[in-house]
Amino acid sequence: MKAPLAWLQLIHNKPRLLVALAGIGFADLLMFLQLGFQAALFESNVKLHNSFQGDLFLISPQSNASVTMKPFSRRRIYQALGVEGVESATSVSMDFAIWKNPENGQSRGLLVFGLNPDSNPLDLPNLSENIEVIKRQDTYLFDDLSRPEFGSIPAVLNQGQTVTAEMDEQQITIGGLFSLGASFAADGNVITSDINFHHLFPHRNQGLIDIGVIQLNPTAHFESVQKTLKNHLPPDVLILSKAEFVAWEKQYWQTSTAIGFIFSLGVGIGFIVGVLIVYQILYTDVSDHLPEYATLKAMGYRNHYFIGVIFQEAVLLGCLGYLPGVSVTMLLYSLAAQATNLPILMTLSRAVLVLVLTLIMCIISGLISVRRLNAADPADIF
Amino acid sequence: MIRDQKAIVEISNLHHFFGKGTIKKQILSNINLKIQGGQIIILMGQSGSGKTTLLTLMGGLRSVQKGSIKILGKELYGASSNQLVKIRRNIGYIFQAHNLLKFLTASQNVQMSAKLNKMIPSREIQQRSHAILESVGLGQRVNYYPDALSGGQKQRVAIARALVGSPPLVLADEPTAALDSHSGRDVVNLLQKLAKESHCAILIVTHDNRILDIADQIIYMEDGQLMDQYRTTQMSV
Repeated sequence: MKAPLAWLQLIHNKPRLLVALAGIGFADLLMFLQLGFQAALFESNVKLHNSFQGDLFLISPQSNASVTMKPFSRRRIYQALGVEGVESATSVSMDFAIWKNPENGQSRGLLVFGLNPDSNPLDLPNLSENIEVIKRQDTYLFDDLSRPEFGSIPAVLNQGQTVTAEMDEQQITIGGLFSLGASFAADGNVITSDINFHHLFPHRNQGLIDIGVIQLNPTAHFESVQKTLKNHLPPDVLILSKAEFVAWEKQYWQTSTAIGFIFSLGVGIGFIVGVLIVYQILYTDVSDHLPEYATLKAMGYRNHYFIGVIFQEAVLLGCLGYLPGVSVTMLLYSLAAQATNLPILMTLSRAVLVLVLTLIMCIISGLISVRRLNAADPADIF
Repeated sequence: MIRDQKAIVEISNLHHFFGKGTIKKQILSNINLKIQGGQIIILMGQSGSGKTTLLTLMGGLRSVQKGSIKILGKELYGASSNQLVKIRRNIGYIFQAHNLLKFLTASQNVQMSAKLNKMIPSREIQQRSHAILESVGLGQRVNYYPDALSGGQKQRVAIARALVGSPPLVLADEPTAALDSHSGRDVVNLLQKLAKESHCAILIVTHDNRILDIADQIIYMEDGQLMDQYRTTQMSV
């Protein structure tokens, strides 16, 4: 007999095996969805940050995240330009405005970016092709991945018609589209020139900006320039690498909101569901075979043989159940991505993580079911 | 392998109790018994007479509380569970319920027993299993699953499983209960053949009057004690 007992025992009862695989697949699906949504949400919040073309970034230490940016003096940009190794520096301003849907008049908040069209630091689809447009008075580029509640702006534009709308009770024109996408900060975005930006927000001090984007010389030594800037500039700005800039934003959403906790709780629940399902299957399996196991014990099989069989079953179930779990997950990921416009993707590290969690889940169930083996008493079968 | 004349089973002053304190009940009292190789002993008695308990004690399936049981010269009293496991591998068990593994074929079930026996090299396991199934008349059904076999056939597989390793001691509890007289006769003939050829000892607990003739000794148990010891053949003990 070449196949191990655990395998033969599992495939003998096909209906029960299928139920077990469905159960494990479901638990895996729960964990995958929680992790996937969480990652997508965090990723969507830093899509902007990742799109910046820059080596170093200036932000105020009082800024928490893109939702609560504190502006700082524009002079810091000029001061940075004086440091050796810095090739160029540009500024970005951002603030929230109330947008009125031109079709139904509904109001909704969105994020407005003001930048210098001649030194645009953002690398977003369609942005550089359309950037000249924002030099016109009160003309903006609209994020075509904004939520539909802002109006069907892309459709109207693509028909060749102009779109005018009201923002903060001012008339503006949409001159073109770019693509960014929703985040926790805003589910709609527009970009314009810094001149138009200050026209929209007259109460803002024109000498203040929100983000400074610095490009270094290709030959410059990164760490030393960063250090020099830190020494050179006053403490009212932070000087971050791009990775630090991304982490800074992510960290805000992960730690100071309920979001991280809620998703981790979801993963935990999926895990526990899996443990319970596998335990139920293994327990029933052992119970159903108690007289046979007792017979084998009488014949002279040691306890650890049966423990081995149970663990083999547990691991087999885990590996087999993972496959439908991961397949259905991929399907749901693409459906969810279409529905939410969020970047919901499978990553290799997540696939491995859930596989490992699945195996741990099954081993824990195995450990608990082993106790049931004690009921297989060879003395009782005579 | 030549076995010496030492008894295969030697029971001295065996007592056994169930329960504790005020509800403590004596199940076995002062059992003394010797079984030699080549002997077939039949144990009879009413339910509650203690014969099943005696069988489980002899089989190393229960711990000896008081007294001595020696199987192949090895003492069961005080033996560790590891030592008991080793001793049990020399015993062939035939239970009343066949207890075959449903998800293994007849051959695989028998092989589970053969695998434990160090005397059978691994490359011969399947061949020997098929051979013993052949000798119980199931040569055509070696790859059948238990649910495709009749009750009598399943019992014959269980018997094949018990005998594949040619154990020096066979303990059987109602081996012919589920069999018709023809199959039952085949089984006891096989046991008799085994006893004579391999010189193993066989203890059968049974109510079946049809097979009493194969016994060298019939022992009656009542209230935990051995009663008459009636010899059916003049075999020296």
